[in-house]
Amino acid sequence: MKQEFKVLGTRPIRPDGLDKVTGKAMFGADKSVTGMLHARILRSPHAHAEIVSIDTSKAEALAGVKAVITGDDFADVENRWSRYTMQNCMAQGRALYDGHAVAAVAAVSKTIAAEALKLIEVEYKVLSHVMDVDEAMAPGAPVLHEGVKARKLGDDVSGNTVGYYSFGHGDPEKGFAAADEVIERTFKTAAVHQGYIEPHACLADLGSDGKGELWCSTQGHYMVREVCAEILHIDASQLRVTASEIGGGFGGKTTVFIEPVALKLSQKAGKPVKLVMSREDVFRASGPTMSASMDVKIGMSKDGKITGAHAKLRYQGGAFPYQMVMMGAMSAFAAYDLEHVQAEGWDVMTNRPKMISYRAPGAPMAVYAVESVMDELCQKLELDPIDTRLLNAAKEGTKSSYGPTFKAIGLVEALEAAKAHPHYSAPLAPNTGRGVSCGFWFNFGGQVSVSMAINADGTVNLIEGNPDIGGSRASISMMAAEALGIEFDRVRTIVGDTASVGFSDVTDGSRVTFAVGIATINAAKAAIKEMCQRAAKIWEIDAEAVEWVDGAAQPTGHNAGNFPPMSLAEIAATSGKTGGPIAGHHEGAPDKAGVSFGVHLVDVEVDPETGFTAIKRYTAFQDVGKAIHPAYVEGQIQGGAVQGIGWALNEEYIYGEDGRLQNAGFLDYRIPVASDLPMIEPVIIEVPNPGHPFGVRGCGETAIVPPLAAVANGVAQAIGVRMFALPMSPPKILKAL
Amino acid sequence: MSKIHVTTNVNGDSVEFLCEPDEVLLDVLRDRLNLTGAKEGCGTGDCGACSVTIDGRLVASCLVLGAEAEGRVIETVEGIGSAKDLHPLQRHLLEHAALQCGVCTPGIIVAAKALLAENPDPTEEEARYWLAGNLCRCTGYDKIIRAVLSAATEMRGENA
Amino acid sequence: MRYVVAKDSREAVALLNTGEGARLLSGGTDVLVQMKLSGVAPDMLIDIKRIDGFNTISAEDSGFRIGATVSGAKMGAHPALKTLWPGVVEAVELIGSTQVQGRATMAGNLCNGSPAADSVPAMIAAEAVARIEGPDGTRDVPIAALLKGPGKTHLAKAELISSIFLPARAARAGDAYLRFIPRTEMDIAVASAGVSLEVDENSVVTKAVVALGAVAPTVVSVPEAAAALIGTKLDAAALEACAKACTAACNPIDDKRGTAEFRTKVAGVMATRAAKIAYARAGGQQ
Repeated sequence: MKQEFKVLGTRPIRPDGLDKVTGKAMFGADKSVTGMLHARILRSPHAHAEIVSIDTSKAEALAGVKAVITGDDFADVENRWSRYTMQNCMAQGRALYDGHAVAAVAAVSKTIAAEALKLIEVEYKVLSHVMDVDEAMAPGAPVLHEGVKARKLGDDVSGNTVGYYSFGHGDPEKGFAAADEVIERTFKTAAVHQGYIEPHACLADLGSDGKGELWCSTQGHYMVREVCAEILHIDASQLRVTASEIGGGFGGKTTVFIEPVALKLSQKAGKPVKLVMSREDVFRASGPTMSASMDVKIGMSKDGKITGAHAKLRYQGGAFPYQMVMMGAMSAFAAYDLEHVQAEGWDVMTNRPKMISYRAPGAPMAVYAVESVMDELCQKLELDPIDTRLLNAAKEGTKSSYGPTFKAIGLVEALEAAKAHPHYSAPLAPNTGRGVSCGFWFNFGGQVSVSMAINADGTVNLIEGNPDIGGSRASISMMAAEALGIEFDRVRTIVGDTASVGFSDVTDGSRVTFAVGIATINAAKAAIKEMCQRAAKIWEIDAEAVEWVDGAAQPTGHNAGNFPPMSLAEIAATSGKTGGPIAGHHEGAPDKAGVSFGVHLVDVEVDPETGFTAIKRYTAFQDVGKAIHPAYVEGQIQGGAVQGIGWALNEEYIYGEDGRLQNAGFLDYRIPVASDLPMIEPVIIEVPNPGHPFGVRGCGETAIVPPLAAVANGVAQAIGVRMFALPMSPPKILKAL
Repeated sequence: MSKIHVTTNVNGDSVEFLCEPDEVLLDVLRDRLNLTGAKEGCGTGDCGACSVTIDGRLVASCLVLGAEAEGRVIETVEGIGSAKDLHPLQRHLLEHAALQCGVCTPGIIVAAKALLAENPDPTEEEARYWLAGNLCRCTGYDKIIRAVLSAATEMRGENA
Repeated sequence: MRYVVAKDSREAVALLNTGEGARLLSGGTDVLVQMKLSGVAPDMLIDIKRIDGFNTISAEDSGFRIGATVSGAKMGAHPALKTLWPGVVEAVELIGSTQVQGRATMAGNLCNGSPAADSVPAMIAAEAVARIEGPDGTRDVPIAALLKGPGKTHLAKAELISSIFLPARAARAGDAYLRFIPRTEMDIAVASAGVSLEVDENSVVTKAVVALGAVAPTVVSVPEAAAALIGTKLDAAALEACAKACTAACNPIDDKRGTAEFRTKVAGVMATRAAKIAYARAGGQQ
């Protein structure tokens, strides 16, 4: 049933907008306090080295230096995942990648801190390193950490192989035997960085009494609190973390890189410490996403039915154990209804910075490989790429390739919209090709807390615990207004610090509009229940005889009594006399997030003399369940598509033979610029998620999944040669021509 | 290293400050003048988040020394519009939802204002090339370009 | 570090002469980046932007004299200069972003010594001449004679460039500069070409200069490529010969920005494309 909404689907100005267009908004590096120190981090120039000794005495002796720390200043932590995080923030014993932190200084000025770094003497014993996933996985490769190899694996893979997963059903071999055409290909994708414009930044103040204040740019300040409390061995309750405005994250701010260091320096110096990463530090030492090496085999009948599918995904995730290839193995074939399917994945360590999530982590590369082979099959069998995908598309009731059976999903609707769109039938210019790809993301639910207060003047305050990374305060306020039956501008939503509202998971997994939305609706329900009781009290009738309609309490019928409706404002105005303040809150862990699918169409033009690829037209279709604030949903789709374009064409971590990163800056780590792009047309499709009262699905991540293959398939059409590695930079394309 | 005394004009106000000889204007604005609207995204002139104008000319304030500001006229995002009276660019960026995280927004506003001062009727291509030095990782630029072009239309006194 | 504002070129030269650690500060778009990223730590930065005449574009002998601290943006806003040497102005305007354009200078681009400097192939094609002030007085040197190697020029100790002269041109002449970059903006040239041509009343090329960037330790002038164009109407054979000569002149490196193979191939493409634009600007009709 299609619901009617008053507030949802409108496009109000976001509540934090004014501050952001006038320069007032406070981001991570924008806060200062009197007496604060400035910190800098010394980083390893080696990809892999034993730290023989660190002499900090000269730095400590420099006037103005107030604290110097190394890995020795951090006591061990029990949880091994937290220990890895700590050792990623500050090396202990060995430097595991170029850029790995080995010491840090806090001083009265930035200049003195920088000067002090030069006085720290580190003696390294350089060890052999490994950067490539296939090399790292091969027996005999230098092993990053002993004793962490995935249990089920044999001697055919090295100790760097820390994870193995397999998903699927049926028997792919049987499927291939039944196929008219089988294509198997090997693909490689480079490591790419989230590329947020705001470097990591924090301001830490930790006293000797264990009480601390931390201001930082993060996607999850509760996560920061828990990890830092564990690493610093202090009580979570004593560390108050406040999330600044966040200048982009895309998954890259779902862990800590500098916060424990700043806290430790502050503890040692007894003063507040500000620590801001340089852009070079961001590239060298904050997480890029995984690079990948993948084999995909798909069998197809002449009429386009997939008979069998198999993927082997080998992901490289940097210098510590991690778990992420699982997401790729689960996503690879999620778009299709398959009888015989298997996707396997291996997580592998290398001497690169520890990976961290990047928008739909693990999915874009896997789907790139699968959708490339799909495209090649369509070419070979002379089939329409959208019709073929429609023929195989997952729908409600499909047993997914990774296990669960899908509820209502919108892939067929997205494919049909793409097929009907004028873009799909527009004529193509010379040297131009049109690419199509599907994409998928799970979307998450997770833990959430919301606290709502009904003010005496009829306005509403809402505190949530998820940093607002792309306009979520607007969408949460809209859902609160919708649920309460009041105007949008009567609600103000803020992101509370860790002491002001209950725990909330990180802003990731496209979960905020879904999970915080549900908590908001439930908090509103609690407040409404209370308001109905107040009305009942005033009217002297049973509370059960009062219902909430259009933002007002009213008797359920004439039997209940004949009273005019009492608005939220009216009830709130007398709340002081009817029982005190009215509020609602909700804590929970909603889990029916509802997966989302997207379909992207792109026209690319390739210059046959230079290999330069230009994006000429781009249309992105995505099922979002219900678009709460359509403008910001469009923005998510557009932004994800462009990040995917960058991944496809130019972005990559470039290492020298020495294992040093060669492009640690925006000059040579080439994210798309305004002149690289056309307008990106978003087409919102709304197949309501049955797991959310308003039908919301997550929408942030799916859009980065299809562009890699869409662009690659377009290039293949344009030049008649298929590229099997990303990025498809001009030298590679020209060489292939 | 002795500090340098600089007299300049920032956002219409006469300002004096002391800075280190190698201190860049961005750090002076942020650390000494408390104007944190300009952001450091890279420190090497590659991202545009620190855009300001000097004597009307668009520059990256991370690639200007504070000392060079002597006698100049500097404008930062804090000098454009006000909460009560937003500049059309600011209003159109908000109306088009042309920001997500918002960290590049101050730089975009300063750069786009400089564009419209020089070229009140830019084509989409001209706007895209002018703003190529202002990186935005959230939006894919679509809504930013639309907002700039529609602000330009309004500023020319035409109907959108 | 000291920051000093030079009042005149004599003072700037004297300051440069005081020690090894002094650097000039004009647009700052190279030196300030080097200070941030590469550990360059000058003892002194000598700001030359307030020297009389350094920030002006003046007409001279039917050409233009461009002061050392004139920014790209200022050159782009000079219609007569753009009409006379469109390729040079385009090349300067390709250096960095609009923000960088507000500061970066042609003289600085030259002195930085990068083989990928955008303005240098265009200046060589234009047969531009640098005016140099030094302890021993003033001298004028063609740009091509100043190039030494990556990061190096033939400027002597304590010498500075005070201006660059773009000469007058024949009636039927045109120039152009093209570069290849992986994106559409914000990159360093991977291969580039500056071409300047003169044609006669029959559209036959009578004079040509072709210079390539980012394909050798310095920007290189390629007389063989120019010769391939002279006496032709830029027919396919001439362009092919030009491209071939460019390829032969390439001695590039493999690096993060492009392979040697790619640079070599694309240099010829840039040169022939630039030649066609220059030819059209010269009024040439095939």
